[in-house]
Amino acid sequence: MNLTLRVWRQSGPSDAGRMVTYKVEDVSPDMSFLEMLDVLNERLIVEGDDPIAFDHDCREGICGMCGMVINGVAHGEQRATTTCQLHMRHFEDGAEITIEPWRAAPFPVVKDLVVDRSAFDRIIQAGGFVSVPAGSAPDAHSVPVRKEDADAAFDAATCIGCGACVAACPNGSASLFTAAKITHLSLLPQGQPERLSRAKAMVDQMDSEGFGGCTNTGECTAVCPKGIPLDTIAQMNSDYLKANAK
Amino acid sequence: MTATIERGSATAPVNTPAAKKTPTRKKPGGFLTSSNGKKVVMAVTGAVMVGFLVLHMLGNLKIFFGRDSFNDYAHALRTLLEPIAPYRSVLTILEIGLVLAVVLHMWAAISLSYRAGKARPVKYVAKKSQANGYTTHIMRWGGLTIVFFVIWHLLDLTFGVVNPKGFDSAPADRMIAGFDPSRWWVTLLYLVAVVMVGLHLRHGIWSAFQTLGWANRDRNKVLRATAGLISIVLVVGFLAPPLAITFGVVK
Repeated sequence: MNLTLRVWRQSGPSDAGRMVTYKVEDVSPDMSFLEMLDVLNERLIVEGDDPIAFDHDCREGICGMCGMVINGVAHGEQRATTTCQLHMRHFEDGAEITIEPWRAAPFPVVKDLVVDRSAFDRIIQAGGFVSVPAGSAPDAHSVPVRKEDADAAFDAATCIGCGACVAACPNGSASLFTAAKITHLSLLPQGQPERLSRAKAMVDQMDSEGFGGCTNTGECTAVCPKGIPLDTIAQMNSDYLKANAK
Repeated sequence: MTATIERGSATAPVNTPAAKKTPTRKKPGGFLTSSNGKKVVMAVTGAVMVGFLVLHMLGNLKIFFGRDSFNDYAHALRTLLEPIAPYRSVLTILEIGLVLAVVLHMWAAISLSYRAGKARPVKYVAKKSQANGYTTHIMRWGGLTIVFFVIWHLLDLTFGVVNPKGFDSAPADRMIAGFDPSRWWVTLLYLVAVVMVGLHLRHGIWSAFQTLGWANRDRNKVLRATAGLISIVLVVGFLAPPLAITFGVVK
């Protein structure tokens, strides 16, 4: 496959940045999107050019490091797929592919396609935990959990914090991420003691990071590689309302 | 190819002075300054307006029972709770409540879109919507369209400024003269605006449930269907009188 890439290049946080066009030849359809970029980067290095910086780690779709907006869609048009798990067979030979970093004020570009997602860490630090006495793991059946709750909590817990929801949201909102983390804990017995204070602390942190508000457009859940459902946001709203009513 | 591939900048230290600078973060304010709080304001004021629209639509349909029926209804609105309350007092209180709802709804919308704009200072070169791509446009631009329409609507049928019958006329006369076949473009204007209101509500009603935290996986289908149904009923109910007048069904 031969491709034309239009990639966002930005040498550092203070650089203005621009789109640069590259031709990539002999791409195997079995390559992942990141492997295709690796091939281009190897050539750029040999040519003495600066390789395109992008985040990646596990390359098996579970770490949440990789992510770029491909042809206007976070993680590309393949549903429920991270960029590292997106394969080149989904593109047509000769295609022109536009690659941009996540765009959001709370996610400043560090270099090229790498953005700083520390804002997510601070949202987690604000309340995305349960305070439990440490020690050996309790018996699995010591705290009963309804199957439905366990399933829904687990669905929410599959969030890998990649930031695609923010990138896709027309408002640059982190609601799906924050809601997934809140829902995951608020459905389980272990999360009950801090349920309302957690919701309040995490939503307030999300706001103070400068993320936008939710307009329930559903762009986030459509691009989410883990398919986190929109009703986690309703759960977050419910908990946040109750926390403020107190 | 024997070139040694060195680790690129992707894994190199990124602690340039500018990168280290933490972005400015605001201290959280009260409930009403939070994005969620503003959404709650949107939801509650929106619900008030939907309630108003339902009553308004039912009132409009009185025109099908004749001019007197419509005029009596308009008069009844002004004499609500009389003689306990003075003439037009209850209506005025309701109007103040409605204006308050409109103002708060707009305030929340404007400050949320301002916030959204600040959250994405650099736009995408390519952006492809994956879900309800039209929603944001319908809600924001549609909302703006509705504002202009409401201004025209008040000047036309409430104050009679742009109405052939003027202010000192019976409400039914104003309505029938306003949608006279010769003023077909007014009917067209209403058609566009009312459809816009319907599209606004289709998302808005469901969105209110979501914002108030009442939506969930099991209820979503029913809630979306309800939102769609209310929107359709309102659009049909509001368009029936002007279309009937313009096409000469109601005279």
